[in-house]
Amino acid sequence: MTAPVLDVQGLTVRLPARADRVNAVENVSFAVTPGEIVCVVGESGSGKSVTAHAVMGLLPARQLTVAAGRILLEGDDLLTKTPAEMRHIRGARIGMIFQEPMTALNPVMRVGDQIAEVLDIHTKLSERERRQRVLDVMASVHLPEPERMIDVYPHQLSGGQRQRIMIAAALVLDPVLLIADEPTTALDVATQAQILKLMKELRERRNTGVLFITHDFGVVAEIAHRVVVMQHGRVVEQGATQDVLRRPRDEYTRTLIRAVPSLSPPARASVADAPVVLETKHLMMTYKAGGFFEKRREVKAANDVNLCVRRGEMLGVVGESGSGKSTVARCIARLIVPSDGAILIEGADVAKLGTRALRPHRKRVQIVFQDPYRSLNPRRSVGDAITEGPVNFGMNAGEAVARARNLMRLVGLDPDALARFPHQFSGGQRQRICIARALAMDPEILVADEPVSALDVSVQAQVLELIDDVRKRFNLAVLFITHDLRVAAQVCDRIVVMHKGEVVEEGTTAAVFAAPQHAYTKALFDSAPGRNFEFGKFDQE
Amino acid sequence: MLTFILKRALSTIPVMGVVALTVFLLLRLSPGDPASVIAGDYATAEQIAKIRTQLGLDQPIFIQFAHWLGDLMRGDLGVSIFSNLPVTTLIGQRIEPTLMLALTTIVFSVVVAVPLGVLAAWKAHTWVDRAVMVFAVVGFSVPVFVMGYFLIYGFALGLHWFPVQGYRSPFSEPGQFVSHITLPTLALSAIYIALIARITRASVLEVLEEDYIRTARAKGQAEIKVLLRHALGNAAVPIVTVIGLGVAFLIGGVVVTESVFNIPGLGRLVVDAILKRDYPIIQGLILFFSFLYIALNLVIDIAYTVLDPRIRY
Repeated sequence: MTAPVLDVQGLTVRLPARADRVNAVENVSFAVTPGEIVCVVGESGSGKSVTAHAVMGLLPARQLTVAAGRILLEGDDLLTKTPAEMRHIRGARIGMIFQEPMTALNPVMRVGDQIAEVLDIHTKLSERERRQRVLDVMASVHLPEPERMIDVYPHQLSGGQRQRIMIAAALVLDPVLLIADEPTTALDVATQAQILKLMKELRERRNTGVLFITHDFGVVAEIAHRVVVMQHGRVVEQGATQDVLRRPRDEYTRTLIRAVPSLSPPARASVADAPVVLETKHLMMTYKAGGFFEKRREVKAANDVNLCVRRGEMLGVVGESGSGKSTVARCIARLIVPSDGAILIEGADVAKLGTRALRPHRKRVQIVFQDPYRSLNPRRSVGDAITEGPVNFGMNAGEAVARARNLMRLVGLDPDALARFPHQFSGGQRQRICIARALAMDPEILVADEPVSALDVSVQAQVLELIDDVRKRFNLAVLFITHDLRVAAQVCDRIVVMHKGEVVEEGTTAAVFAAPQHAYTKALFDSAPGRNFEFGKFDQE
Repeated sequence: MLTFILKRALSTIPVMGVVALTVFLLLRLSPGDPASVIAGDYATAEQIAKIRTQLGLDQPIFIQFAHWLGDLMRGDLGVSIFSNLPVTTLIGQRIEPTLMLALTTIVFSVVVAVPLGVLAAWKAHTWVDRAVMVFAVVGFSVPVFVMGYFLIYGFALGLHWFPVQGYRSPFSEPGQFVSHITLPTLALSAIYIALIARITRASVLEVLEEDYIRTARAKGQAEIKVLLRHALGNAAVPIVTVIGLGVAFLIGGVVVTESVFNIPGLGRLVVDAILKRDYPIIQGLILFFSFLYIALNLVIDIAYTVLDPRIRY
């Protein structure tokens, strides 16, 4: 066996006093050999990012301190290095890429300069040699037209291209170790598939050891040689990918893997006979850009969208970012005014109604947003958030509170918690509160815009179950917006696939997943990470 | 980029037009007859009529505006009622000390305040940070004239390091210029140093939380370069905004400072003109300062696009 590039031994990182636990990570040990991809998997708060930052020597000073252990890079203990020595190692011998390509690049610096900066810090190359090296590495991460792209700014690139720039900057000096902290989480599936392919290819070509942080078992199945599972700062299990995924020994690992939604949709009772509650006809949303002197540009965010949802039905709207799915959701909730077309709620067109005429229809459509951390007003108690709507529509306060208590119970929270504030709840609990808030209006239509994307897998499953439960219980028509095919497969009766503002495919979930018709849908399915892997079907021991 | 600057410059023309019209109407629409106001309390009817004809006030208002605008285009701002000298000449005589004082103040403020602000942000919540911020609060709180007299008392009367008052041109006597301009610059700078240092600190502190700062550190970049290259570059837009606002407000401060240090600049011209109700001068100065502000805004807008490639108008 070859000597590991990275050998973490008994790493313990202390949290500041008064945190919810003593150590951020405790007695963590694992190794990465050259050319190996090791995935560290865990939910938020498991300590996986802290581990990565400890290796980089980038823990926030005075807040997180290494209390014990060794971090050996090619046998050399990084914890004994001075800050100056660590600066020579970072960027040269360890490269790192981050989750958000949108924010991880300096917006006011040309991307070529951001790659060249690494060379500038660690080498004494001439201006011309530097530029050539940058062009070479840009070509090696398959960026089109490096000669042109070297001089653009980050905002002129797509998310995938930016992540390629990040990878280029991390790899330009051929580091022995690459740390990737959730590098594909913020990307579309298709882009994610390309980036994963690129990372596999680069590892092969350069024999780099890769420490890959992720929460996504699909990605693990796709890319990892070995897996390290973390929970509450401890390693609960590690081993070869196939072993861990098929024969997990630890109960927590099992729970995590079981929580990964399957790509094969379960059988669902047909609602084809139920009356149509929501219908859009030729819905158009066109954004106009350009000003005083410029030529006008038009973006068709939604183009001739026709869809209908029946009572008690969950319609999934699937697509990548920029496909127009959120635009459609916002039109239906009338948070924006569509440019053209009709939105029929039980036959009444609300597409162009003015504020006053719209008011009685407002309560009929309620929306749950993606990020429960930002969709609740931090200065208002949960009770206020839930009762505000009904009280606005004339319910007396006492009745509204009684109703809020019932709803809290319904979404699985303590009714006595109404006086508390959003920050006192976890992400999953907040999303439950958002659902309760939507239900308080007694709506006929629930629009759920990526309601579980910001949540951990285990929490995700529970919230999905809750949404499906309220659909049944209140016979709601649900419009479920998601980019995640696995999620869509589990909860939707029918699926609409959107691409560049248009509906490209529509059908029952079972039919679409069994035999996608449109080329785009097929491509979308092909890029789902871990699609060939059946999660949660463990081998018998 | 060049077309952008050209477009942006062209779009200031309507603004300048509105300013010109407002300034014109200001005098015409003010209550009372300007001619009789100018003539004073003891003037005869003939004298008033003469002034009226002299100012063209007996003609229809549109014709008056056309004449006035025509004069303006040729750079003619009219003639002072009291000194009978053209307003442009008067402004020309007084402009140098004011511009010099404004320039030294802004340069000195930026040179001192931006590094102080960056330092405070870098050492946030330590004694360094607190010392800078205490200094900033003091700078805010002490009025310009108090600061001015305080400096004169200490450094001119007490230590005899600098002259008490007056002004020398940098073009004829550079050495004397420096010694004369130092105390006024210090007095006027205090508040701008305080303002710019605070904004720089807040702005850099916010940027230091950004992901790309972490990226820069992950590349092995030295802390000083992380601060100057990545943090300050991204924090620049709000800082430049405040510097621009500072220059705009500077005019008020200059008037006071010129009085305290007896500098023959525009500030004194303004005060004298207002006290004597010399309308053409007041009008000319308002126009002059308005156009200065418009030009300044143009410069700031262009600076934005240079500092942040995402900003395009």
